[in-house]
Amino acid sequence: MIKRISHISTLSLVLGLTPVYAAESESFNPAISLILDGRFSAYENETDYELPGFMLGGEAGRGEEGFHLGHNELAISANVDDMFYGKMTAVIADHEGETEVELEEAYIETLALGNGLTVKGGRFFSAIGYLNQQHPHAWDFSDAPLIYRGLFGDQLRDDGLQISWVAPTELYLKLGGEITRGERFPAGGASHGGAGANSLFAKIGGDIGESQAWQVGLSHWQADIENRTSGGHHHDGGAHEIPTYTGDSRISGIDFVWKWAPQGNASERNLKLQGEYFIRDEEGTVVMDDGSVTPESTTYDGEQKGWYLQAVYQFIPRWRVGLRYDRLDSDNRGSDQAVLAEAGLDNEGHTPERLTLMGDYSHSEYSRVRLQYAKDDSYEDTDNILTLQYIMSLGPHGAHQF
Amino acid sequence: MKYTLCLVLIVMGIGLPQIAFSQLNIFACEPEWASLVKELGGDRVLTTSATTAHQDPHRIEARPSLIAKVRRADLLVCSGAELEIGWLPMLQRQAGNRKVLAGQTGYFEAAQWVDRLGIPEKVDRSMGDVHASGNPHVHLDPRRLLQIASALNERLISLDPSNAQYYQSRFADFKHRWQLAMERWQRLAEPLKGMRLVVHHQDWDYLFDWLHIEKVGALEPKPGLPTSAGHLAKLKHTLTEMPASAIVYTHYQNPKAAKRLSQLTGIVAVELPYTVGGGEGVTDLFTLFDETLKRLLKVKS
Repeated sequence: MIKRISHISTLSLVLGLTPVYAAESESFNPAISLILDGRFSAYENETDYELPGFMLGGEAGRGEEGFHLGHNELAISANVDDMFYGKMTAVIADHEGETEVELEEAYIETLALGNGLTVKGGRFFSAIGYLNQQHPHAWDFSDAPLIYRGLFGDQLRDDGLQISWVAPTELYLKLGGEITRGERFPAGGASHGGAGANSLFAKIGGDIGESQAWQVGLSHWQADIENRTSGGHHHDGGAHEIPTYTGDSRISGIDFVWKWAPQGNASERNLKLQGEYFIRDEEGTVVMDDGSVTPESTTYDGEQKGWYLQAVYQFIPRWRVGLRYDRLDSDNRGSDQAVLAEAGLDNEGHTPERLTLMGDYSHSEYSRVRLQYAKDDSYEDTDNILTLQYIMSLGPHGAHQF
Repeated sequence: MKYTLCLVLIVMGIGLPQIAFSQLNIFACEPEWASLVKELGGDRVLTTSATTAHQDPHRIEARPSLIAKVRRADLLVCSGAELEIGWLPMLQRQAGNRKVLAGQTGYFEAAQWVDRLGIPEKVDRSMGDVHASGNPHVHLDPRRLLQIASALNERLISLDPSNAQYYQSRFADFKHRWQLAMERWQRLAEPLKGMRLVVHHQDWDYLFDWLHIEKVGALEPKPGLPTSAGHLAKLKHTLTEMPASAIVYTHYQNPKAAKRLSQLTGIVAVELPYTVGGGEGVTDLFTLFDETLKRLLKVKS
């Protein structure tokens, strides 16, 4: 094959076929892209956030009040050579008065393995689910669905290796798997010598006529978890206890997205429907780590599940409206119900739900201003949340995935 | 254990024999290139167009169906010059098909083979959606189209040398018919010389370059940005001083802006086909130019 290509390039030289000049602005400079995200949020509730039945971790939370910065990120990407593509994304955020730089993504990806194969290595967003791989600036709402908040701490990303394969078929079919370190939430402890989590995913998709496109995905993730900590519950400000889980964890999910645009021309009007369902099974032990030699503990056999469904409609150029409904449920059992409750794993008969409305205006494809209202019943007291957000993108900005 | 299935599939992927093609599988980014490929490749090629005349080639999504098509393609034929920058690189990255990556023989960029108009001296986002490598809508000048056809013919031959003779004779035939058509169009278009037109987007620069038509304004205040009331008022002002013969737009563009300006100024708004499939009877590149000239001449008369 390679022989054939080089033979061809010699041929084109012989024929004197040289381009007038390269039309592509190929430069050695990597593409540098900056996302600016700022918000103002108003909440009605003053109580600490919790998600009954779920041990929260990662970036999960309801967010800050008043004016604050969102997800400001700097991404640098380029083709390394003819074989590899590389990308790094750094998030710059304030945490308790200190500016922190977090390495959100840093990965390389093969370009030219051929036969539909792609290998990715480094730190990346897992390909499970639909929304997980998208950067927050590409989300249609200013926050993650509740099930992402509950299971993944907003988004699942890890350090490791991903292999995927696109089938040479009429219908789009992509299969893949990941082996990752398993140290970040919702895994923990980097078991198996730092290869403690793995996942499998499949996506199929296609068009229906000229105006509709769809994709359905299936995913499975599992990890052996050693000492995953979470914020837990702070009911009665006693000694500070950190709920710590050890055991196994399996998440299965199904997702779909359907897009419509008249004659496939999305610039005037378009509609996007998407939904995802995840279920997690865990079996192990929860220890309330308070620094003592004999902390409280309980066996834990938990099931948490949830789904969301959302629709976003662009009714005229620049303007979109969206509606999202979230619902969660859990069934957690253990030898000591009181300890489970302290760890935030007792749902107290509550099934978290949330209804979100959003409207946004995009002056160009690089700037967006959004107003969002949520009636949040994800914990005991209903919260009314209003968010005003801007998302701007500077510099060359690569295409988004479907 | 978990990965056995995955592994099996991967091995299958490597092991699958390169599907013995009697036909080259060609993915055209736009209908004009699909049409050119059909002219040159005949029954030795299998062509699909990623977009239709109803879709804005700047704004296409990297849909699953397109990834599947790029996965199986032997050759991509696209406008290039960043027209497809919002979606093609994503398709190429997702499809895992090394034959069609930029720089490979399986990626043919039409704009690369012609002199491009409108190469900006400076590129800044405040200027709108400008292309650093110039205006990419190169197919609307039949002289440039012939240059592209010649390069594409060589590309087909290099990809499928066993059919070299077949491609050569098809190209010779196309070139002959095209040159005759060009002579006819040039005669027909004589009255259009110096015509002044308002455009929706910078789609027509190459057509105007060929026919010596003058572009006197654009409905988009900046390339890629929707028009505004303020901008229309400004245009109206310009057009009262120096009138134009027509306002031209194409199917994928909302006709409202053109019609609004037409109401304001009394200048007629005309829809032009822009590409193959963009109007009734526009079934190939020849009828594309026939119909474009017919509609412009109707305005002139």
